[in-house]
Amino acid sequence: MLTFTLRRLILSVPTLLFISLVIFGLLQLAPGDPMAQVPLTVPPEVKQKMREALGLGAPWYVQYYKWLIQFFWIEPKIFIDYLTNTSFLFGWLPDTAFYQGELRVISWQTRSPVMDIVVQRMPQTLWVVGLSYIVGIVIAIPIGIYSAYKHYSVFDQAGTFVTMVGFSIPPFFTGPLLIVIFSVTLGWLPSIYDTTHVVTDWESFKIQFFQMVMPVMVLALQTTAQISRYMRGAMLDNLNQDYVRTARAKGLREGVVVMVHVLRNSMIPVVTVIALGMPAIFGGAIITENVFKVNGIGQLLLTALFANDLPMVMTLTFIFAILIVLFNLIADVLYGLLDPRIRYD
Amino acid sequence: MTDQATTPDEIEVFGALTDKEPQKPPRSQWKDVWDQFRKHKGAVFGGGFLLFITLGVIFGPWLWDVDPKTLDIRNKDWRPIYTLLWDGDAKAGWSHPFGTDQLGRDILAQMIAGGRVSMAVGWLAMGLALLIGTAIGVMSGYFKRLDFLMMRFTDLVLSLPILPLTLLAVTLFRQPLNSRFGPEGGMFILIVGIIGLTSWMQTARIVRGDILALKEREFILAARSIGTTSGKIIRRHLLPNVISPIMVSATLGLATAIITESALSFLGVGFPSDYPTWGKLLADAVQRMQDYPERVLLPGIAISLTVLSVNYLGDGLRDALDPRIRGR
Repeated sequence: MLTFTLRRLILSVPTLLFISLVIFGLLQLAPGDPMAQVPLTVPPEVKQKMREALGLGAPWYVQYYKWLIQFFWIEPKIFIDYLTNTSFLFGWLPDTAFYQGELRVISWQTRSPVMDIVVQRMPQTLWVVGLSYIVGIVIAIPIGIYSAYKHYSVFDQAGTFVTMVGFSIPPFFTGPLLIVIFSVTLGWLPSIYDTTHVVTDWESFKIQFFQMVMPVMVLALQTTAQISRYMRGAMLDNLNQDYVRTARAKGLREGVVVMVHVLRNSMIPVVTVIALGMPAIFGGAIITENVFKVNGIGQLLLTALFANDLPMVMTLTFIFAILIVLFNLIADVLYGLLDPRIRYD
Repeated sequence: MTDQATTPDEIEVFGALTDKEPQKPPRSQWKDVWDQFRKHKGAVFGGGFLLFITLGVIFGPWLWDVDPKTLDIRNKDWRPIYTLLWDGDAKAGWSHPFGTDQLGRDILAQMIAGGRVSMAVGWLAMGLALLIGTAIGVMSGYFKRLDFLMMRFTDLVLSLPILPLTLLAVTLFRQPLNSRFGPEGGMFILIVGIIGLTSWMQTARIVRGDILALKEREFILAARSIGTTSGKIIRRHLLPNVISPIMVSATLGLATAIITESALSFLGVGFPSDYPTWGKLLADAVQRMQDYPERVLLPGIAISLTVLSVNYLGDGLRDALDPRIRGR
């Protein structure tokens, strides 16, 4: 298993390199000119100098190489420095000073390092996305178990229908729909997510809770629909197996049979689906963040795209790619760990 | 000894072996599929609704021949006809059954025009994805030498972040394509192309798996032994046998394509502003949804119902085309 994990880790390096090359190539082919916003009164030779200052004068492979160095070598150094100097977790380690003031990936919009902005925006996305995923899983698994156990019952039919509906309604419709119902008509929940809100006491926690309800529910609906379908399918596959009959025959209580024997076996494919669905949820967060005005990384990507901020776009898209590769790896490893029948080596 | 065969006892034995009722005519595979499909109520409704929507957006402009782009400021902000049920004074009437928008454009006509674009994008992108997916799946399943390379390539594409990349490509390549094919045509080609190019991977994997299993079967060996060329084997013997997984992934592809197009329009990177699609209508209405919630609801319901019916259709097809489930 360890060798398999290591092999997959090593294999993911060329994958990531390929993806970064694809993204970089797309950006290179793009005709958008970052100097388009510069006033026409600026003479062309000055424009040329500005272009070179942005690093656009060099051939593409030099630009690509520099980006690689900046992303994979300089940024980790800064991260390690941060960890050992100020972070809560590893602050006790001796201070390091790997970062010597090299040029980092700079955003063309703000002229500040891209990673700093990403780190600022990350918590909002993680809170909303992470919480919605957990909520979705917590709702989905009992639904899946019960509708498989009562196959073809009213609950099963209703559950299947609801998950199908949840599967089909896109988040950019459920979002406005919920806003119309709960903030316009009923006035219970705020329609805009206020990221500057700080939780200090019970009152402010309530405000935070209320503003998180809608974005989390919109994202959770998708998760719930998907995972409860898988859960139901996996349970159905297992409920008719011989070992279930054996467990019942030796006099185990029904609760133990279903919740221990069947559930543990059915969770194997579901856990991998949960891991594989994680990156897609981040992608879906782009839309949800746009609907509820959450200033997370999805919204950052959109604004960067519209502003033609290529380094930001490149880095953010690549972060999404890293998430996908990472969670694919986690899913594969988990599958092997949970199911002893599957051995990769 | 031969005349003994006609003794009464013998005839009785033969009589027991023959069928009492007349033999049923042989049933074709597609008749079985149709019978199984009909049992799935949701799938029948889904298929019917999809047919209705598709025909509606194709023939709608003849039945409701109001131009969706005509501005009529005097008759702006009409409510849909059903508001008359509880509010007799509402600005509504049969001349605009779904109401008009803030510029006085007829919403029913816009819905039909938007549906045309959304469905066209959906069907074409799905077709493109199927074409690429089937080609890659068949080639990597049939030709051993290509298999490794093509499947690694599929894995790589599968780990690309699709939505960010789509956003990226649409914003970046809008300009050159628009200048070549016009703002509407350019965007159409771009969106269909991008959705098609980013959603073929599942089809390719499924088709490859089926081809790998099929090509070891005896009928392929027989075909090869009489000297059938590879191209003929693929076209005559392999493709008809993988048609069912292709059809199932086609329904999934149609649903994703419609949702992706609407999402792009919603995020403001889709079609130009005066070119209605369902996603675009929804996105434009979000700013004024306090006063006119129906403008969000109508396109949203159209998208959701279409996708829902496609998903149900896919469910039914999967059951109907699976010979292990069929007949149960």
